[in-house]
Amino acid sequence: MTDFFHLAAQYLPQLFQAALTYTLPLTLISFSLALVFAVLTAMIRLAKRPDTRIGRVLLGGLKGIAFFYVWLFRATPMIVQLFIVFYGLPNAHINFFANAWVSAITVFSLNTGAYASESVRAAILSVPHVQVEAAESLGMRPRQVYANVILPQAARISIPPLSNALIGLLKDTALASVITIVEMFYLSQQIAAENYKILTMYLLAAFVYAVLTTALSLAQHQLERYTSRFAQ
Amino acid sequence: MITVNNLMQQYGDRRALDQVSTDFPAGQTTVILGPSGSGKSTLLRALNLLSRPDAGTLTLGTQTIDFSQPIDQATILAVRQHFGMVFQEKALFTHLNVLKNLTQGPIKVKGQSKAQANQTATALLAQFDMSALATRYPYQLSGGQQQRVAILRALAMQPDYLLLDEPTSALDPELEAQVLRILRDLAQQKKSLIIVTHNMAFARAVADKIIFMEHGRIDYDGSAAGFFNAKDPRIQRFLHAMTF
Repeated sequence: MTDFFHLAAQYLPQLFQAALTYTLPLTLISFSLALVFAVLTAMIRLAKRPDTRIGRVLLGGLKGIAFFYVWLFRATPMIVQLFIVFYGLPNAHINFFANAWVSAITVFSLNTGAYASESVRAAILSVPHVQVEAAESLGMRPRQVYANVILPQAARISIPPLSNALIGLLKDTALASVITIVEMFYLSQQIAAENYKILTMYLLAAFVYAVLTTALSLAQHQLERYTSRFAQ
Repeated sequence: MITVNNLMQQYGDRRALDQVSTDFPAGQTTVILGPSGSGKSTLLRALNLLSRPDAGTLTLGTQTIDFSQPIDQATILAVRQHFGMVFQEKALFTHLNVLKNLTQGPIKVKGQSKAQANQTATALLAQFDMSALATRYPYQLSGGQQQRVAILRALAMQPDYLLLDEPTSALDPELEAQVLRILRDLAQQKKSLIIVTHNMAFARAVADKIIFMEHGRIDYDGSAAGFFNAKDPRIQRFLHAMTF
């Protein structure tokens, strides 16, 4: 036991530093982009049929792309997506993805965005239609209705499922180790390979993840408390 | 003056509006009555284009909308500038407090400054003794208070006409009285009101004109006094059913 605490004191600072340097930035950058993908995808999938023919053709194409995107990223494992993007695409001379960070952020954000788009879509659908009609009757344009009425209300509803997605993503960043990013879990593997304290090192890695996810859960709780000021 | 001509609207095999033609004089209170499903709300919602009849025309001053033709976004927005609307359901924006509910339209749609919109909203709240509610959120208000704020939100846009779609039907009698009082005040101020209601006593008290609808058709279109003294058996039947 003394040995465990000794190792914890020795390696936890390194693991926390790796978490702050790699795990958290990967998570936050990817999640920010994922939110953009999720909202855009949900809005496209819920868009009403335009009056003009060209509008209908354009929206039909966008809906097709959005549907395919969500299907593709939910139909395949994230680790396979990482391998395709980081090892496969540069092999096909698409060298932009030869950078591990670019590949990781691309896959994490697109994958999380695909799942989150369904949460956002459900949240938008749950805003009562009379709220939309009230905004329309004031003379708001469709984009004003979205920006000022639908999205603020949908945002509150989507906090729990999106928080789930964020916490899931934080843990999934461990997969970045398979494409050479020395994030926190990879670091714990390297240390375990050197000192042979395998159980201890993986328990310490699990502890760091638990600390980070608990912090995110507390942040979610605070955000829910803050937004509950305008609803029962 | 607003005029509608030959409005037709079909929902499946049901005709919601059947050759509806009438007008809504400015500065008067028009009450639309009729049994459930008679087309009252459909007619009201057609005026601000929340619903679009399949055919017929809507004339506002010099502008005529032909429902058989596509209506562009600019026209829809221009028409809606003439109307404020209060819904049967509670339709205040749940994420905004009362003051912001009142200022959202003037700021976002009319381009007013925040200070100007706040000033108008504050004056409206004071005029109707609701200043104490300014910072409350909709869930903190009673049903009657919510509907009164919804009326002020519509008034804050300074519309030519105020449309009210059964604004008290979801309220208990005490709360209903609060809302009817404010509408009576507006009617006395000669605001242009178009109200769908089931409250006969209220209709009798405030209506300058009554439109009675059944099966999507207008069966009576005239003065309130004429309606309540009508010998037409359908109107008699309706009044009897609503009274007892």
